[in-house]
Amino acid sequence: MTAATKSVRSSKQNRIKGSPHVFTIVVLVLAAFYFLMPVWWLIVASTKTNGGLFFGAHGSMWFDDKFAFFDNFMQLITYGDGIYWRWIANSFLYALVGGFGATAVAVLAGYGFSKYRFRGKNLYFNIVLGALMIPSTALVIPTFLLMSNIGMTNTIWAVLLPSLLNPMGVYLMRIYCMQSLPDEMIEASRVDGAGELRTFFQVSLPIMTPAITTVFLLSVVGAWNNFFLPQVVLTNPRLFPITVGLTQWQVKSQAGAASEQVWNLVTSGAFISIIPMVLAFLFLQRYWVGGLTAGAVKS
Amino acid sequence: MAKNKSKTAKRNRSSSVGRKEGLWGWVFTLPFGIIFLVFLVIPLVYAFYVSLFTYTQVHGESFSGFANYQRVLTDKIFLVGLGRVILYTVVMVPIQLGLALVFALLLDSLKNRFASFSRLVIFLPYAIPGVIGALMWGFMYSKNMGPFTSVFELFGLPAPEILSTNGIFGALVNVVTWQWTGYYMVILYSALQSIPTELYESARIDGASELRIATRIKVPMVSGSIVMVTIFSLIGTLQFYTEPTILRNQAPTVIPPEYTPNMYAQALAFNYNQTNYSATVSFALGLVVVLFSVLFMRLTRKQSGLGD
Repeated sequence: MTAATKSVRSSKQNRIKGSPHVFTIVVLVLAAFYFLMPVWWLIVASTKTNGGLFFGAHGSMWFDDKFAFFDNFMQLITYGDGIYWRWIANSFLYALVGGFGATAVAVLAGYGFSKYRFRGKNLYFNIVLGALMIPSTALVIPTFLLMSNIGMTNTIWAVLLPSLLNPMGVYLMRIYCMQSLPDEMIEASRVDGAGELRTFFQVSLPIMTPAITTVFLLSVVGAWNNFFLPQVVLTNPRLFPITVGLTQWQVKSQAGAASEQVWNLVTSGAFISIIPMVLAFLFLQRYWVGGLTAGAVKS
Repeated sequence: MAKNKSKTAKRNRSSSVGRKEGLWGWVFTLPFGIIFLVFLVIPLVYAFYVSLFTYTQVHGESFSGFANYQRVLTDKIFLVGLGRVILYTVVMVPIQLGLALVFALLLDSLKNRFASFSRLVIFLPYAIPGVIGALMWGFMYSKNMGPFTSVFELFGLPAPEILSTNGIFGALVNVVTWQWTGYYMVILYSALQSIPTELYESARIDGASELRIATRIKVPMVSGSIVMVTIFSLIGTLQFYTEPTILRNQAPTVIPPEYTPNMYAQALAFNYNQTNYSATVSFALGLVVVLFSVLFMRLTRKQSGLGD
């Protein structure tokens, strides 16, 4: 806060000199306001009762007289036998296991593509690059059709297994290996008599750690945010991730009679569900940025 | 240059251990190859196969060749949906990228704590699922639950009809812009960070203004990243699905179930039980997206870093 006011003040002095700093500050303040507004709305809304959401005493952008966040929280525990927490747990399962698997596959492939020469490699890698162009959702209906044919829909595998496909991760890992993992190092390890696997685990993997973290984070966010695929391949509510579950509550509240309306659960549930990712995002910031840089500045 | 060097080094080595090395190359890339085959190649081939059949009550499923593709080319619902996402792309991509670039340049010129705070806030929506983003904005748009009604009343104006036929386009553009601008901004910002600062110093000494430095040095230096981000944004917008689906729950009369091609494919498979035709629509949409990206990459070949 103080940093902000300080720079505002210094930019005022600058304006006299004709510096464009004040323009910069104004634009960024407006931007911050815009990007935070819906989040603020959600925080406020998560503390309101069902009625308070519509007829709150101080408007939609401020807290109501009754602070109902903890009531909402308790209701989330009991409503529908606590299915909300089941959805959260499912989201964690899909995001972490799927993200881990996708990362492992991408690390191996990125390493293989950058450090080995083999027959057909160029064609193989160009196909991977081409896959970056194929829209992920164009695969959803085909994957669903295939899975329903072999009776795999409505299982956790229907969500987990397709999330292992991560061509972007392979692409990022390959760039990182080419830039930061010297061939000489691998060669030296071979001369010392270490096998290929040992070289990979003991020499290469430790150096690849920053890129691995980034690819893992990106995969986890991708899987956590996923909506189309789980919505299509799952019908059993007990398998839903949080994105699909909350949508179902939204539909129910919109269509249902007054007793079925759970707007307060949609808002407080949505708010609680974004906390883990927002925290991860704040604390692991440099890893996100690191990975995106690797993708952005190609050697 | 470094690349060439390592290539020759590799070649020398490969003559001695070529065969073994080739084997290990396949070992490391095999898991990905299998996943790629099972969850990309096979579904696409299968969908294509399914799209060559037609189901009728009388004859059951029968081979119909490219009849479904003929149908999709004249299907008004599909074409209107496709036109709609193209319109969204034409409007949304420049807005998102323009804002992302402006923010990235401003943040790059202002390296202090306020800048890092702003960067964090602008990037924050990336950590929030698209579903939740659309839910929040949907609530904000609503006359009863959102702030806009009272803001307009303050000025004696009637409450805006955002979730209406006229308002929905802008409403969706806003949701997506909010959700993705920060992600693109961070990519561009990272690219800007990697430009050597000496380049600006000499331009400054020559008396170039900051604006001129931004447009003449910074933007051209990150053009590769701009192309890449544009392709991401293009692909994402043509597959528009999540946001209109969520807003449709709130405004079912404004957004039809076949609003975008992806929504159409979903509705065909689930509401109308037309599996074969649904596969056709998915496949056709995939083709259109690939065509658009390839076309765009051709047009921007010089800047594109993907033409390795």
